[in-house]
Amino acid sequence: MRNKIYEIALIIITIGIAASTSIIASYALVGRQIEIILSGNQIFGQIPLRIDSLSAWMILIINFTFITGVLYGTGYLKHYNDKIKELRLHQFMFVILHFSMILVCTVQNFIAFLIVWEIMTGSAFLLIIFEYWNKATVKAGLNYFIQSHVGVVFILVSFIWIIAQTGSTDFNAVTAFSQHLPVAVSITLFVLLFIGFGFKAGFVPLHTWLPYAHPSAPSHISGMMSGVIIKLGIYGILRMLLLIKTGYLVIGEIILFVSIVSGLYGVILAIVQHNLKKLLAYHSIENIGIIGIGIGIGTIGLGLNNDFLAIAGFCGGLLHILNHSLFKSLLFYGAGSVYQQTGTLDIEKLGGLIKRMPQTAGLFLIAALAICGLPPLNGFISEFLIFSGLFSSLKSGSLSFSLYMLTAVAALVTIGGLAILCFTKAFGIVFLGNERSHYNKIPEEVNFIMLLPKYMAAAMIFAIGLFPRLFLELLKNPVSLFVPNILNGSYGYYSNQAAILTKIGLIGMLLISVIFILFGIKKYFERYKVVAAEPTWGCGYVAPDSKMQYTASSFVKTYSNLIEPALSIHKSDVEMDNVFPGKKEYSTHNYDKLEFYVIDKNLKWLRKILLKLNFLQNGRIQFYILYGVLFVLMIILISYGEYLWQVFTGFYKLFSIN
Amino acid sequence: MNIVLILIVSLFFTGLVNRTKSIFSGRKGPGIFQPLKDIFRLLKKGSVYSTTSSFIFRIVPSVYFSTVLIAALFIPFGGDRGLISFQFDFVLFAYILALGKFFNIISALDTGSSFEGMGASREALYSMLAEPAFFITIGSLGLLTGYSSFYQIFNSIHYSASASPVISYSLGMLASVVFMFLGLVENSRIPIDDPKTHLELTMIHEVMILDNSGFDLGLILYTGILKFALYGSLIANMFFLNSTHILINIFIFFSLQALFALTVGTLESFMARFRMNQNPQFILMLSSVSLLIFLGVMIITGKI
Repeated sequence: MRNKIYEIALIIITIGIAASTSIIASYALVGRQIEIILSGNQIFGQIPLRIDSLSAWMILIINFTFITGVLYGTGYLKHYNDKIKELRLHQFMFVILHFSMILVCTVQNFIAFLIVWEIMTGSAFLLIIFEYWNKATVKAGLNYFIQSHVGVVFILVSFIWIIAQTGSTDFNAVTAFSQHLPVAVSITLFVLLFIGFGFKAGFVPLHTWLPYAHPSAPSHISGMMSGVIIKLGIYGILRMLLLIKTGYLVIGEIILFVSIVSGLYGVILAIVQHNLKKLLAYHSIENIGIIGIGIGIGTIGLGLNNDFLAIAGFCGGLLHILNHSLFKSLLFYGAGSVYQQTGTLDIEKLGGLIKRMPQTAGLFLIAALAICGLPPLNGFISEFLIFSGLFSSLKSGSLSFSLYMLTAVAALVTIGGLAILCFTKAFGIVFLGNERSHYNKIPEEVNFIMLLPKYMAAAMIFAIGLFPRLFLELLKNPVSLFVPNILNGSYGYYSNQAAILTKIGLIGMLLISVIFILFGIKKYFERYKVVAAEPTWGCGYVAPDSKMQYTASSFVKTYSNLIEPALSIHKSDVEMDNVFPGKKEYSTHNYDKLEFYVIDKNLKWLRKILLKLNFLQNGRIQFYILYGVLFVLMIILISYGEYLWQVFTGFYKLFSIN
Repeated sequence: MNIVLILIVSLFFTGLVNRTKSIFSGRKGPGIFQPLKDIFRLLKKGSVYSTTSSFIFRIVPSVYFSTVLIAALFIPFGGDRGLISFQFDFVLFAYILALGKFFNIISALDTGSSFEGMGASREALYSMLAEPAFFITIGSLGLLTGYSSFYQIFNSIHYSASASPVISYSLGMLASVVFMFLGLVENSRIPIDDPKTHLELTMIHEVMILDNSGFDLGLILYTGILKFALYGSLIANMFFLNSTHILINIFIFFSLQALFALTVGTLESFMARFRMNQNPQFILMLSSVSLLIFLGVMIITGKI
């Protein structure tokens, strides 16, 4: 009973925060920037809270995802009702996370930004390790926590450099200063920031925490993490793009390259995953890649002064942030429902769930279609915008530039095709066919509170797919931050795109209605006919078994043979050799090749070095006090270092004159 | 306009292919309207559904047909634009066809059959591999003409300032080769797949529709023909004459479609199906041909 009160309280608080901030944000989105300046103190300087249209766009996305997340989480956590303490901490951290994420989008002071950024990382960490009694969960959580902090180091270094150069901690101070930055400095600064925020966003090769953290978190948290937390990495990159004013062309090409690699690598690995949530996690990497392709060509457009390219790129990228947050959270909620009902996420063990959970299956299908970028759903709209940018950019620039853009086109198409392969597998094997194993209890449709948020997300998916123009209009202000011309000179491009999108929406409606009319005709034709039900035809074989169905591995077998050089698949095979052979065993396990080369190998030598310093941790308290004293002494020495240096140089001058 | 012509072509396309094959193999063969008669008979029949299958299986044939029908609306006819035409419409065109494929694949998985999954797996992989070729080809033609919709591209392909007709026609020939083979891949014909084989293990498309019957099967078969006519009319669009009378263009359209059908029939008579594991190489070859077109365009526009 008491638990129920807490649950309701959490829902009310979340909706309260969401509603109040959304109202402010929607004002900002239509172009009225809101600014509150807190006085701050000596260290921080003034702390401006600014909500411009970019922040507003992010805040609205965050709020929507949190509302669906809290509703779904209430239903999902019902199974943990006996763990009172954990639930309380979880609910508390949920609010903290929500609050800190909104603050990340509003605070425009370098130091304060880092603090709210850290609060966000920390609270997300505690939310991920909800099942802390599971060792793998804690390990995955720590993986996330540590990698996030490696990212923070890069952000910190570049922030310190900026503060030292400008003497101000306000974001706005950078703009004036960066206009005259040499291109090389600007690019270096951006690359540092890109690495820092890239850890959060999950760009390859900084993605390795994602496939661990997503499966171990509770499903509503994985949905929100993939939906919005990693997007704040993108937000950081976008915000920094606004501050940097030179070297756009090179920066754009860097973003585009990393994004193409991320997109392809993410989906290539997603296909061979057999854990449903891990598969979805790799798809997050892919979609971050697609968002990045959009932002990349947008930035290239800025560099080339090609407004069409810039508008198409940024519109596509920003819209895909929203789109991905919708369908990916929907997919994770679906995966969570499957897990709750069957107790497993192993695709090979699932099957035939569409008959037990028709609504979950239908909603999962909608999200799967959307993530493949198929019309008439939302994924297509953003991909279309990006495509239009890429195709139009083929014209401009030299041969190598055109080839680069052509590669991007081919990559985006291939990503789409591979996504279809992946989601026909995920949906087909999990929900269709016969059940592949026996469950402890018969799976049934999840309750209403878990379905409601999914319907909300699905409704949004259709809304964007069928009425895309509406959302393009909303994007006008956020995009105008990057391309100021949009409001006057280049408005023609913009309204042109909007007209095209209207047509696409209409064609989507046409498609849906044709399908229904045709289905009606079929029903009419069949009205007096015999419609019989028989077992699936086994090509003459009369005793088919559910084990004879195509499995997930066999579905992607041809593909994985083809792509094997890019994967690292460990096969363990016990051969039958004796006269009386024992049990035959065969298992394959695939591992992230980049993780091996980037993380594991480097950790190995790092550990080797650090083990040599092990003697420092000797466990005697006296030594630790000594370390403290030494540290304080060192700080004093360093802070007087400048003074000492002056003394030293003074002496040197004195002597050299003589 | 064009949709009517595509529908007319679809009446005899497969019949023509079959007739060609029968003549080459020395048989008398069925009349060219026989496939259509078969389809009509199927449409009038009742159906049998697998007990394993769900509503997905029932709705998919309608979805599949609708996607191809809508896609056909995109294709222009010489000076006439298609019913649907806007900038970058070819992206939507390709993705709508992909939507149909998605549903086809999950419909095959819906039956829980050990064979149909096989076809589904191959279809998913091969169509993924074929996708870049289409985009690169159309992208290059767009680059050549400076336009970005089917109608504008096809309308001005031989009249661009930078390229003489000789070059543009030769590029058009290359592009037609790409489209023709794409049509073969999409429709699962020889040399990718053999629709007439007797062993389910060696099929792609036919094995996916093992469990369909009655109206659904008729719809799927007709959609296949329609898809052929669709690719045929893409090819035809590259050879229309701009200023002449529309009847001449209609004549060109029908003769090119017939030529396409004859080519397919001839190919099927004299070639065997590739081994399954060589199909990816063959399909990727199409991408490299389309890359050739791209480089050709680059030369014409003076970037190389």
